[in-house]
Amino acid sequence: MKRPRKLGRGVALVGVGMSKFGMFRDRDSKDLFAEAFRNMIASVDKGADPQDIDALYVGNFSNDFFIHQAHWGPIVSDLIGHVPKPATRTEGACASSALALREGIFAIASGFYDMVLVGGVEEMSKRSTEEVAEGLALATAPYEGRAAFTFPGVFGAVATAYFDRYGASREHLMNVTIKSHNNAALNPRAQIKATIRSMMESKRRRASEKGLPEPTWQDEKEFLRDQDANPVVAWPMHLFDCCPISDGASCALLVGEELARRFTDAPLYVVGMGQGSGSGFHAADDLTTFQATKYAAEEAYSMSGLKPEDVQFSEVHDCFSIAELIHMEDLGFFKPGQAYKAVEEGATRRDGSKPINTSGGLKCKGHPVGATGVAQLMEVWEQLRGEAGERQLPIKGLRIGAAHNLGGTGGTCTFTIFERR
Amino acid sequence: MEKKPFNDISYEAFLREEKLMGSKCRSCGELFVPPRPICVKCGASEMEWVEMKGVGKLSAFTCIAVGPPFMKQEGYTRDHPYCTGVIQLDEGPRVTARIEDVDTKKPEEIKVGAAMKVKYLHRGEGDRGATFLAFKPV
Repeated sequence: MKRPRKLGRGVALVGVGMSKFGMFRDRDSKDLFAEAFRNMIASVDKGADPQDIDALYVGNFSNDFFIHQAHWGPIVSDLIGHVPKPATRTEGACASSALALREGIFAIASGFYDMVLVGGVEEMSKRSTEEVAEGLALATAPYEGRAAFTFPGVFGAVATAYFDRYGASREHLMNVTIKSHNNAALNPRAQIKATIRSMMESKRRRASEKGLPEPTWQDEKEFLRDQDANPVVAWPMHLFDCCPISDGASCALLVGEELARRFTDAPLYVVGMGQGSGSGFHAADDLTTFQATKYAAEEAYSMSGLKPEDVQFSEVHDCFSIAELIHMEDLGFFKPGQAYKAVEEGATRRDGSKPINTSGGLKCKGHPVGATGVAQLMEVWEQLRGEAGERQLPIKGLRIGAAHNLGGTGGTCTFTIFERR
Repeated sequence: MEKKPFNDISYEAFLREEKLMGSKCRSCGELFVPPRPICVKCGASEMEWVEMKGVGKLSAFTCIAVGPPFMKQEGYTRDHPYCTGVIQLDEGPRVTARIEDVDTKKPEEIKVGAAMKVKYLHRGEGDRGATFLAFKPV
């Protein structure tokens, strides 16, 4: 990077919306996007006329595979009555809609457009678990797919390298999972809106109703160690280390900075943004880090003039429990090999020094892959505007929040920092 | 052999002959497995084929219980997981490869750093045939 990045014109976020995330037999991508769009328009404090949207960018990874339909730009455009104005699909695996966000920001920063809609959609649950594993594995590096790696497998392998290097264990990953569930229980939008303890209780109750012996787990970790309750997916990744299969959509409205207060008195400003690319395992110098995240972070920090310690909270791409640890180190929140200790000490809880994934993260909020990048903005939006309800961070002068999105096995990573002024 | 392009088709054709081949930059000597057509160290495009000894160490691994349909067809299931991983070759580069001859029901006994040697998995016949790179404990 020869010089710090800057936008030619400031860009503000004035509305964010999500659909419900879940596994829906009776809902499709258009239906889900329509819900996200309606919620986004309703989130604009002073109102926004959809007719004023100049262009739209929509992230989608692989509806081509999942539901055999490609070319989602014009489909979404038609859905919301945006035709004949331009619509572009972006693809960066699980970071697809973070790329839509970036394209939208560039389009406004260049002066070409004033108002842009960005979003994402994915419809995954109509396939079997094995087929979803195959579909997602399209985004591994080529040789990883040949070696029959799945996504849980890639992150399982990363975990073995991390454990070997730093002395962490499955027990440390459980701390990440327990924290995600505790946050999600307070998030009305979470796909899995339950603490581990409440899930233990309901399993006990069901056993009792069926006249079966009640399980006797003493605490969350004993439950997570139970092979029946938490079976292995790709060792050492177990069911509760993995995000669920999700359908869902997300949507956000961007405008030129000077226009922002026409729409709301509490816009969020894009102060830092970065994107990096990465090689597969075969070419990585270090299996316990993602170089694309590090580069994205470097761009975003240098653009903003902020340091990792200035970011008061962040959503990070916790597709798997181990991923949350790696990202927090790559983003500079903790030193290499220290994140698992910080989580154990509670630093990443809502009352900790660096709250992470207060939404419940991908693990519990859900991960319709192409929708995730923009869906992460929902939490940043609500926290910075003081609208996060029971999840609201108890930080005085909350001003800086960020979102990190990862695509593939670290092939595409983004980091975006927002400020409330 | 020198005429083969430095691409994945050649790499896999060599695997069918039970050869693990990489490309070496004629300009700076950097070695790449699988082969690359452009040296990402010095930018040169003159490469030569080099055969690996096929020995190395396990850098990372996983035992997969929920695999894609093509692995299910090979007989791998939740009760019969398969192992795959990353091998650091003695020559330096890393490769991703299936890991054979380990007890995938006892993954805690598989150790990062373990010495490994190459094994070739031939699947299918004729045009539909393919050879997958694998390693097994020494």
